[in-house]
Amino acid sequence: MSSETKQILTTDGIPLEVSLKKAEKKNKIKAFLLVAPLLLFLVITYIFPIGDMFMRSVDDRMVTNMLPKTFKAMEKWENLEELPPEEVYRGFYEDYKVLVEKQEHGKLGQRLNKEKNGFNTITKRLFRQIKRNKIDESISIKEQINKIHKRWRNVEFWLAIKRTAPPYTMAKYLKGMDMYVASDGSIAQVDEDRRIHRILWLRTLEIAFFVTLFSFFMGYPIAHLLATLPMKYSNLLMICVLLPFWTSLLVRTASWMILLQQQGVVNDFFVMIGLVGDDNRPEMMYNKVGTYVAMTQILLPFMVLPLYSVMKTISPSLMRAGKSLGGTPFVAFWKVYFPLTIPGIGAGCLLVFILAIGYYITPALVGGASGTLISNQIAFHMKTTLDWSFASAMGLMLLTGVLVIYWIYNKLVGVDNIKLG
Amino acid sequence: MSKNPEFVKFDKVDKSYDGKVLVVKDLQLDIAEGEFITMLGPSGSGKTTCLMMLAGFETPTHGEILLDGNIISNIPPHKRGIGMVFQNYALFPHMTVYENLAFPLRVRKVAKDEIDKKVDKALSMVSLNGFETRMPAQLSGGQQQRVAVARALVFDPAVVLMDEPLGALDKNLRESMQYEIKHIHESIGVTVVYVTHDQSEALTMSNRIAVFNDGKVQQLSNPAELYEKPVNSFVAEFIGENNTFNGEIVDIDKDKCKVKLDNSEILANPISVKSKGEKTTVSLRPERALINPSEKMDNMFTGKIEEVIYHGDHTRVRLNLLGSSEFILKVPNSTSNLELKVSQDINIGWNSVDARALDPK
Repeated sequence: MSSETKQILTTDGIPLEVSLKKAEKKNKIKAFLLVAPLLLFLVITYIFPIGDMFMRSVDDRMVTNMLPKTFKAMEKWENLEELPPEEVYRGFYEDYKVLVEKQEHGKLGQRLNKEKNGFNTITKRLFRQIKRNKIDESISIKEQINKIHKRWRNVEFWLAIKRTAPPYTMAKYLKGMDMYVASDGSIAQVDEDRRIHRILWLRTLEIAFFVTLFSFFMGYPIAHLLATLPMKYSNLLMICVLLPFWTSLLVRTASWMILLQQQGVVNDFFVMIGLVGDDNRPEMMYNKVGTYVAMTQILLPFMVLPLYSVMKTISPSLMRAGKSLGGTPFVAFWKVYFPLTIPGIGAGCLLVFILAIGYYITPALVGGASGTLISNQIAFHMKTTLDWSFASAMGLMLLTGVLVIYWIYNKLVGVDNIKLG
Repeated sequence: MSKNPEFVKFDKVDKSYDGKVLVVKDLQLDIAEGEFITMLGPSGSGKTTCLMMLAGFETPTHGEILLDGNIISNIPPHKRGIGMVFQNYALFPHMTVYENLAFPLRVRKVAKDEIDKKVDKALSMVSLNGFETRMPAQLSGGQQQRVAVARALVFDPAVVLMDEPLGALDKNLRESMQYEIKHIHESIGVTVVYVTHDQSEALTMSNRIAVFNDGKVQQLSNPAELYEKPVNSFVAEFIGENNTFNGEIVDIDKDKCKVKLDNSEILANPISVKSKGEKTTVSLRPERALINPSEKMDNMFTGKIEEVIYHGDHTRVRLNLLGSSEFILKVPNSTSNLELKVSQDINIGWNSVDARALDPK
């Protein structure tokens, strides 16, 4: 190879690179057209919804749009220790009058009440004054409003309105971590007896971790057996591993309910062999035990399959070589076989952990109160409280968590080492 | 150092995998200390099974294997101290060359500087110094092969087993590796048990060759004897090329017999035939038959040339002779035999001592 890069020409005198690009252009277009439907699908069903979810989770434009004049006037409110100037009162009054005409004043009251308790009462009072045309626009609005209720004379309430001014808010994310923005603008913790989300996050991580661990310890020997048994038996075993895949998730979970309930098959068996008394049947469902058992069983194939595909490629002569060179069977396993299965372990664990962290149906059905996960909380806000922005925020926090785990994994093991099959 | 002629001993070993078919039948084989012995045979002849039993990965169904006088049938592989080179090298892909070689020493708790010394020595033996930090995937097939050999030797085992170690290499590399392994064997004097189905490999490398077929050792002798004096028609057929005639003994003497073919008679050397009327297969090496022999030979016939194939250093001539059109002649290339033409008639002669009358096929 010559050190200087001389342009190579084809016999026609066209530079080789140009010629090559021309020749490959058609193939590139063909290849792109082939994947175009998939790309479109991904954009529509994946990237767009995530973007929408993010917008929803930070969106706080409702008040911003309702009170445009107020916030414009508030820019001139400099001394925040004192009540705002007349312009702010006037702006608020005018905005509120528009809302009354549009019959949207109730929404504002509720929203402001969330920001600071007691708002609902005083906005209703203001509404009544406006309805009765008691407010004279030619004199100071500030004094008239301050007379309606003593809370209007409290600067805290005006500060609360000011806090709702930015069109975007992180409040939902803080709420997901049991925190909120206090009236002085600092971030504070929710009272101890009202912290539910942090417990759920920790429980989700704990259950995902242990489910991954159980799946690993159960899946590793199965995968090894699958990879080493003669074809005849390994096919049968493979079907046994895959059988749960072919059954509906709901049916599988329901069958665990039949097995694990207090009058269920497992408990009956324990009583029959005299392990427990009939009046003392252990609770194996509607708690963590149920979630662990059912989720491990359901996620086991996701551990077995990557492990199997990696183990299949490991030549049995490597273990033999390890032994013939003087390693005990354990040493040969630990020094030779095990390191070679790490790509499969990584893939399996990552897969199971990520699936477990967002699991929903199974914990909802067998988890009970102590076995529910963060995804159940998300579903609760989606379906019951209809607080979609909070559900979106928690969904995104979950997604971020998964990405962080993926990043850590990449740092520790390297994604290139993953082998899914 | 007095050499133990029965360093490795297979004593009436049988092996069956399914309880129905014997893969190894009544194997009786002694291997001397420092010997290079090759187990040669077609696939499925039981040679690899014998090796696996010696290594400890298979247990004999019956009989005992002795190493230096001790029964080893119940000793697990990792305690036998036998080095092994596998067919696909079986280098540990996640370890460097150094780590691969250090593995047998580390599990034996050898001191670090001792390991360095031994690894260095083993690598220089296969001329791979400077490759310590490479991963096996970064090496060529031949280099991987050398690492595998070095790894099997680095812990100074009494016996090294090699299971078709050169099977995956191309022809030129295979030949140079054959010499290299042979030289290593000669220089360190380790006992080598080598398995192959390649007869030229067996002939060039071994002190003795055990030809396996059908679970039995057909012949155990040194390469020259194996080639020149096969004891049965399987060995004659399997080792090298030969021309065969099937016939019946019509007259037998001490060192000569007359064999009746379909429509002629030839003289042969009686090896495994004893009496008149026996069926026999006569085997003759192609290079022992001469064209227009100058001296008197006791078998002289005329054949018609069917095909002439030029091979560079020699020419192969296929003749129609004595009713068979598969008679092969190997003619060394010289100016005198360039006139060989198809459908020409030529005179062929050979001595009866080279035509070995063996068991019938």
